[in-house]
Amino acid sequence: MRYGREPEVLKDISFSLPRGSFHFLTGASGSGKSTLLKLIYLAERSSRGRIEIFGQDLALLKRKDRPMMRRRIGVVFQEFRLLDHLSVFDNAALAPRIAGKKPAAYRADVADLLGWVGLGERMHAMPEALSGGEKQRLAIARAVIHRPDILLADEPTGNVDEAMALRILRLFMELNRVGTTLLIASHDTELIARSGMPALRLEEGRLAPVIGLTADFMP
Amino acid sequence: MSLAFEPSKWWPAPLLPRGDGRDLSLIFVVAALSFLAGIAAIAGLAGDRAAGGWRSELAGSATVIVYAQGTETPDAVAARAADAVSGVKGVAEAQALEASKANALIAPYWKGAIPADLPVPRLVTVELDPNAPASGADLERALKAKGVDAEVDDHSRWTADIMRAGAMARGLAFALFTLLLTVLGAVIAFATRQGLAARHDLVEALHLVGATDGAIARLFQARFARSAAQAGLLGALLAVAAAAALKESGVDQGLTALLPIAWTDLAAPAPFPLLGALIAAVTARLTAMAALGKAP
Repeated sequence: MRYGREPEVLKDISFSLPRGSFHFLTGASGSGKSTLLKLIYLAERSSRGRIEIFGQDLALLKRKDRPMMRRRIGVVFQEFRLLDHLSVFDNAALAPRIAGKKPAAYRADVADLLGWVGLGERMHAMPEALSGGEKQRLAIARAVIHRPDILLADEPTGNVDEAMALRILRLFMELNRVGTTLLIASHDTELIARSGMPALRLEEGRLAPVIGLTADFMP
Repeated sequence: MSLAFEPSKWWPAPLLPRGDGRDLSLIFVVAALSFLAGIAAIAGLAGDRAAGGWRSELAGSATVIVYAQGTETPDAVAARAADAVSGVKGVAEAQALEASKANALIAPYWKGAIPADLPVPRLVTVELDPNAPASGADLERALKAKGVDAEVDDHSRWTADIMRAGAMARGLAFALFTLLLTVLGAVIAFATRQGLAARHDLVEALHLVGATDGAIARLFQARFARSAAQAGLLGALLAVAAAAALKESGVDQGLTALLPIAWTDLAAPAPFPLLGALIAAVTARLTAMAALGKAP
């Protein structure tokens, strides 16, 4: 994968995430973690190679089928990408709304989820009034509200305190338990260690072997 | 404060943020276009009516120019000519113009008193049947049959000129109208591209949660259609008000022959809000779909 005439960001990467698996993605800044996630959530097209998601070759995926594919993917962005003109509740309700569900079908789920991530008292607030941690939690709520088949998250605990990070980790593990595949890009080595989940490590655009991380086996 | 929020009563907010300064600018431009289109439509209708009126006035009459020969007096020849053409099918009335009236016609072009011996041709005015008017040739045949030396002016030369002028006025109004609609389309296309660029974050977020290009385009389509309808209505009302003021102010009296605005003409801009909305919706959709198609 390369941007224009720039050097390749990702090179000769080959891996497979089994359905229902939970992996972290680690690596130094600039190692290509965000680019790899972008390729998976269809925000970028690879300049070479093949990417298959849910058994579909993305290069062969028709444009009209991409929205349905994206609805099966939840994404938590590093910079949140909340919609500033929508309330916390509206932001969290975006995915089912776009999927064409009637408000009555998901109102309660949105309220429950917002309560769960600690935003139960901020449902009416606008994003600009939220702290960094609250924005992060809202971004997570928005990504998981429709119970995606795969959840991709880019530094999801980067702006929250340790207690909230653990709470978010539990949410991720709960999602994983009900069948969601997770790939979480994170620098938080302690969190990765606590999770006991394997990690993929990117080094200068190349993928190091999949490792089962433990507290004393951290990069 | 938070207790005031009732999730059970929540209803989705508009995905596209409410209007800002850009929307006001767009509404102003579209209203101006609608105003100009309204004026063009009203002027086109009035101009067409004027041309039609002039044409039917000219086509409804003819003039016979009579030349006296021999010992017969000009008045006698004129009377004979009037008698000859009045019997032609398609002639409602024929009347010889008195010498004084014929002289009065050339008086403005004559310095001083018109000499008594000046051989001013006598004229016969002919009113034609508006349903089945006689032709100039019919009149000439009737005059020839009675041995009257005369020329028939059936005004066809003027009628053709007026028809041509009327057609040009109609064509001009139509061209202006079409140009304004094209400009409207271009303005909406520009505004849509600007809107997509300004709301890139929204477009990307919607794409990534699985919104189709069509669904995103629909947001812009609805926004611009609504703005164009509002602006179209405003411009149309201003055009109607301007035309009504023109008609009521008395300027209309001076313009009667040139631009006889009828009250019914003021209904011409009525479809503009709908037409504007339609053009805006189609243009915004096509522009948005083309732009969104380039996204990954």
